Amino acid sequence: MSNHQAIQIIKSTVVPLPAENIDTDQIIPARFLKATTRDGFGKNLFRDWRYKGDDENQPNPDFILNNATYKGNILVAGKNFGCGSSREHAAWAIKDYGFQVVVSSFFADIFSNNALNNFLLPVRVSDAFLEKIFNRVNENPAQEITVDLATQTISIDEQTNEIFEINPYKKECLLNGFDDIDYLLNMLNEIETFEK
Amino acid sequence: MSKTLFDKIWEKHIVKQIDNGPAVLYIDRHFIHEVTSPQAFKGLEKRGLKVFRPEQTIATADHNVPTIEQHLPIQDELSRLQVSQLVSNCQENSIELFGLGHPFQGIVHVIGPELGITQPGMTIVCGDSHTSTHGAFGTIAFGIGTSEVEMVLATQCLLQNKPKLMRITINGKLNESVLSKDVILHIISQTSASGATGYFIEFAGSAIRTLSMEARMTICNMSIEMGARGGMIAPDDITYNYLKDKLMAPEGEDWEKARAYWKTLFSDADAHFDREIVIDAADIQPMITYGTNPGMGIPVSEKIPTLDNVSADEQTSFQKSLQYMGLQAGTSIKGTKIDYVFIGSCTNSRIEDLRLVASFIQGKQKSPDVIVWVVPGSKQVEKQAITEGIDKILEAAGFQFRQPGCSACLGMNEDKIPAGKYCISTSNRNFEGRQGPGSRTFLASPLTAAASAITGKVEDIRDWMNPSSNKQKLSAAFYE
Ligand code: SF4
Repeated sequence: MSNHQAIQIIKSTVVPLPAENIDTDQIIPARFLKATTRDGFGKNLFRDWRYKGDDENQPNPDFILNNATYKGNILVAGKNFGCGSSREHAAWAIKDYGFQVVVSSFFADIFSNNALNNFLLPVRVSDAFLEKIFNRVNENPAQEITVDLATQTISIDEQTNEIFEINPYKKECLLNGFDDIDYLLNMLNEIETFEK
Repeated sequence: MSKTLFDKIWEKHIVKQIDNGPAVLYIDRHFIHEVTSPQAFKGLEKRGLKVFRPEQTIATADHNVPTIEQHLPIQDELSRLQVSQLVSNCQENSIELFGLGHPFQGIVHVIGPELGITQPGMTIVCGDSHTSTHGAFGTIAFGIGTSEVEMVLATQCLLQNKPKLMRITINGKLNESVLSKDVILHIISQTSASGATGYFIEFAGSAIRTLSMEARMTICNMSIEMGARGGMIAPDDITYNYLKDKLMAPEGEDWEKARAYWKTLFSDADAHFDREIVIDAADIQPMITYGTNPGMGIPVSEKIPTLDNVSADEQTSFQKSLQYMGLQAGTSIKGTKIDYVFIGSCTNSRIEDLRLVASFIQGKQKSPDVIVWVVPGSKQVEKQAITEGIDKILEAAGFQFRQPGCSACLGMNEDKIPAGKYCISTSNRNFEGRQGPGSRTFLASPLTAAASAITGKVEDIRDWMNPSSNKQKLSAAFYE
């Protein structure tokens, strides 16, 4: 059985990161990929943006994760988030840091898959809606966003919301806490038949 | 019904199609390396599972390994641990490992093809995005995450949604001095770093057909850099000739049977693609990147764009990128001073790349202001280079000929570019900090990199090819 907790409704303030094309080398630089477990990557999330001169004692005050005003478990990022390497460590780092949802107007394919496999929900919104979130959070950092997986809705408030897409199979998995391996293991007989 | 090359292979590998969901896709070959596999083996252990088809997984150590004195224990403790875990995971699960010290060790995407493991019509995956390289043989090959590595180890299958299909056709004859690296950098500069997201690409056209297998691999390798799941090229005689007599290629009757099947692997004349791009080979020039994603490329002879030439929504990242690179919009990139030259990575570290560099550099000297690393893609490439005396030519020019691995492509081992320094690199990514924290990367072809090593500045290779000057003219053979 998977070790993941089902996702249903997530309501939280957000951390805005408007940069575009944030690649996996920014999310977690290669030199921190040497661990052999899945844990602890959160402390090196956005490492090179977070610290000056690669020194943990010198947080870069301009970087959003070091700004106490912005907190929450929803990360909102610019277009083409997660491009680059297939390292799942990127999804692990974001999850381990405490995020449950990443919102962007465009995700790189492998990143989306990796995120979903780790029950980190990638929510793809329109460019206009993304802009709205950035503006609202800019005006009011305490603004909460709600992501409801069952209805596939992301809302800033009652009037301002958008439906997002998710593969129906994946949605079932996330709502119920199942993962792909559970599914595939149940079909080993069929796989063996296919091999012949 | 007419089918694309992709459809033909995809359909043959579907174990089951889930209604309204992904397909259960059977995987023929699975490559693993030390960085993205340990957590997958841990996951299996946690679930009490064994590797389902160990003979279909092949392992090597490449990302983390030192490129000098490989016979000594790895100094970095964490790297050593990753590599030794790979060894024990492979032992415990009866997986073939071409680890450090093995004559077949090398970058995972270099060794698969050169050993004949990669064959047309296969589905191939690896926990590494540049798995797209293997598509050059007419395979569906793509990178996966560690959870998916675990799935393949446990069931030899993956749940996959069928991607959209794009065909990029390059017609005509490539200009002199234009290598396949320039072709793919040109394409990405046109489509942007996310322009092919959601698609699988087939490269076609007369310009592709004349390329060697190694040149085709360079193109498919970087298809991921425009966001594509992968890239592929239909097999032909060049493919079969490359594969013939490779260690793990089929032999005798099996070879004939396999080849008969491979010959059915092409897109039917009226097969449907969701998107088509047609490029005239004559428009492609020697390329270089100036920014921090592979889509930010220009011909070496051109100037970096000015802000008003960049679309409104890209302007912020464009400016940020130039600031990181320490470059000015609207200025010439040619002549920019460089500090390092890296010739290597799964994009350009094969024997043809090294031959080309050696033939160009023979009798010349690198600038005293640059450090040049040439890192062969595999032990076999290294051995071949030594047999041909390429190592001596490189060393005479002041280049360091090192041992196989990913090296400065991602700076996981000691081969890092220091902060603020410029490196002209034959690898595939110029992301911020990719080659080391603060490093600044120019992506280019092996020839452009070699020419730039001589002067310590970004060079236009065409200036070195002018037959009327006394500079060396490369033999036409390299462009066939
Ligand atoms: S050479 Fe670079 S791109 Fe290729 S597999 Fe190694 S790290 Fe990845």
